[in-house]
Amino acid sequence: MRYGDTLAVDGLSLTVERGTITAVLGPNGAGKTTTLETCEGYRRPQGGTVRVLGLDPVRQRAELLPRIGVMLQSGGAWSGARADEMLRHFARLHAQPQDVGLLMERLALHECGRTPYRRLSGGQQQRLGLALALVGRPELVFVDEPTAGMDPQIRRAVWELLEELRADGVTVVLTTHYLEEAERLADRVHILDRGRLVASGTPLELTRGGTVATIRIVVTQPFPAGAPDELVRALGAGTELTVLDPLSLQLSGPADSNTLATVAAWCARHDVLPESLSLGQRNLEDVFLELTGRESLS
Amino acid sequence: MSTFAPAPGAAPVSRQLLTQAGMEARLMLRNGEQLLLAVVIPVIVLVGSVRGVERVGFDLDGRPIDVLTPGVLALAVMSTAFTSLAIATGFERRYGVLKRLGTAPLSRATLLGGKVLALLLVEVFQFAVIGGVGLAMGWSGPSGAGGELLLVLAALFGTAAFASLGMLLAGSLRAEATLAAANLVYLLLLAGGAVILPATLYGGLGDVVRWLPSGALGEAVRSACDGALAVRDLGVLLAWTVLGSALTARTFKWE
Repeated sequence: MRYGDTLAVDGLSLTVERGTITAVLGPNGAGKTTTLETCEGYRRPQGGTVRVLGLDPVRQRAELLPRIGVMLQSGGAWSGARADEMLRHFARLHAQPQDVGLLMERLALHECGRTPYRRLSGGQQQRLGLALALVGRPELVFVDEPTAGMDPQIRRAVWELLEELRADGVTVVLTTHYLEEAERLADRVHILDRGRLVASGTPLELTRGGTVATIRIVVTQPFPAGAPDELVRALGAGTELTVLDPLSLQLSGPADSNTLATVAAWCARHDVLPESLSLGQRNLEDVFLELTGRESLS
Repeated sequence: MSTFAPAPGAAPVSRQLLTQAGMEARLMLRNGEQLLLAVVIPVIVLVGSVRGVERVGFDLDGRPIDVLTPGVLALAVMSTAFTSLAIATGFERRYGVLKRLGTAPLSRATLLGGKVLALLLVEVFQFAVIGGVGLAMGWSGPSGAGGELLLVLAALFGTAAFASLGMLLAGSLRAEATLAAANLVYLLLLAGGAVILPATLYGGLGDVVRWLPSGALGEAVRSACDGALAVRDLGVLLAWTVLGSALTARTFKWE
C-alpha cells in the first residue's frame, strides 16, 4: 500500500488462526491501521491478495460485513446520539444482536448511557466503539488500539473481555502500542516496522533466544580476586561478564531455574553479601526496541 | 453458556431501513437548529407574509393565505431535503459516522433509502404543523382527495430533486463549507427562487425561475393544491434529480 510517495505497507504476509488473539505491534507509522483497513475492505490492496474468513474484503464486502466487527480508532458517531441509542441502533442492523444492556455493563457504559456522544470522555467513546464492534456477535473482530487512553482499571476489564471473546470462539486481531497488552493477551504477535513484518511468533518465542537473562550484582566491598571469573565459569558457556565498576558487575547469558542457586552458592563460597541482586528476563519491549531500532513507541 | 459465541448475520433490509430512518429523523427533530429550519422559520414566514401582504394590499391573484400556504409547504420540503440533509450528511462525513456505518452490514442503498424515508417522516411533521397553522388562518386546503394526492406527489418529486442536490454538496465540500453553502442557497432561493411567491409575480423572469428546482417545486405544490397536475414542473424536478444523482454518484466521498 502506498500513499503518495510513502510506502505504508510493503510485501506483508501473515495469517491469523481462528479463535486466537493476534496482536499487530509497531511504532507510529508502521502501517498497522493501513493493514487493518485493508482487511476491513476500506482499502484496496495495490498488490497481493487479502482474504478474510475466505472472502475478498473489497469484492465480497456485503458477505463479509455481517461476520466481522470493527472498532475504529476514533469517532464514528452522531454527536447528538446518546451512547445507548447508538448501540441499540447498531444492534437492530444485525440479525441476532448481543444483549445491549449486558455490553453496556461489561464495558462500564451503563452510567453514561443517556449522555450524548459529544459529551462522552475519550475513554467512554473508545469503549462505545468496542461495544459497537461486538454488538453484532461477530466471528472476527478487528480492534484498533482498543485501550488507548483508558485508565488501568478499565484497561484490565477490556483485557478480560477480549480473553472471554477468545474463550467463546471469537477471533481477535488488535493493534497496540502497549507491549504489556500484546504480551498478556496475544497468542501471536506480529511486529511491523515501516510497513514490513520484522518478527512473528508467540510472545514466548519472541522473547527467547539471543541474550536471555541479565544478572546485576552490587556489593559493598570489592569482589575477591578471581571471583567474578569463577562465577562466569559456574554459570556456563555463553555467559558474558561486564565489570561495571569495582563494586558492581553485570552478567548476561542463558538462564534457567538453577541460575539463581548458582549465584547464591557463589556468594556463600566467597562470603559476599550483595547489596542488591537482580535477574531480569528479556521481555517483549526489549525485542521490540531491538527490532525497530529503538524508536519511540508513541 | 458462552456470552460471545458468534451468531453473525444482517437484519432484514426492511428492519434496517426503518431503524435507519427512525434514527435520522429523531436526530433531525432533536437538533435545535434543524428544528428552527424545519418548522419555526416556515411558520414565521407564513404568518409574516400573509399579514404583510394583507397590510400593503398586494394583489396575489387569490386570497393571500391560499397562495402563500402552498408556497411555505414547498419551502419546508426544500429546507429539509436540501439544507438539513446536506448539513447532517456533511457532519456525518466529518465525524466518521458514514465510515462507521460502513462497518455495519448496511448497504449503501439501504442507508440512502433510510435517509430519504427520514426526510419524508420529517416532512409529514412539517406539513402537519404548517398546514395546521395555515388552516387556522383560513387556508382552504388542497382541493379534495385528488389535490392531497397531487400534493404528496409534488413533495416526493421535490424531495428527490433537493436531496440529490444536497448530497452533491455534502459529498464534495468540507462540513463547514457545506453548512455555509447550504444555508446561503436556501436563503437565495427563499428570497428569489419562486418558492413562496408564484412565478407569475416575477414578470419576465417568471419563465426562468420555473427552471430552478425551487420554482418548479413551488409551482408544482401550488398547482397540486388547486387540484391540477403540473407536468412541466414535475418534469423539471425529475431532470434536477437525474442531474444531481449522476453528479453525486461520481463525486461523493464517503470519508
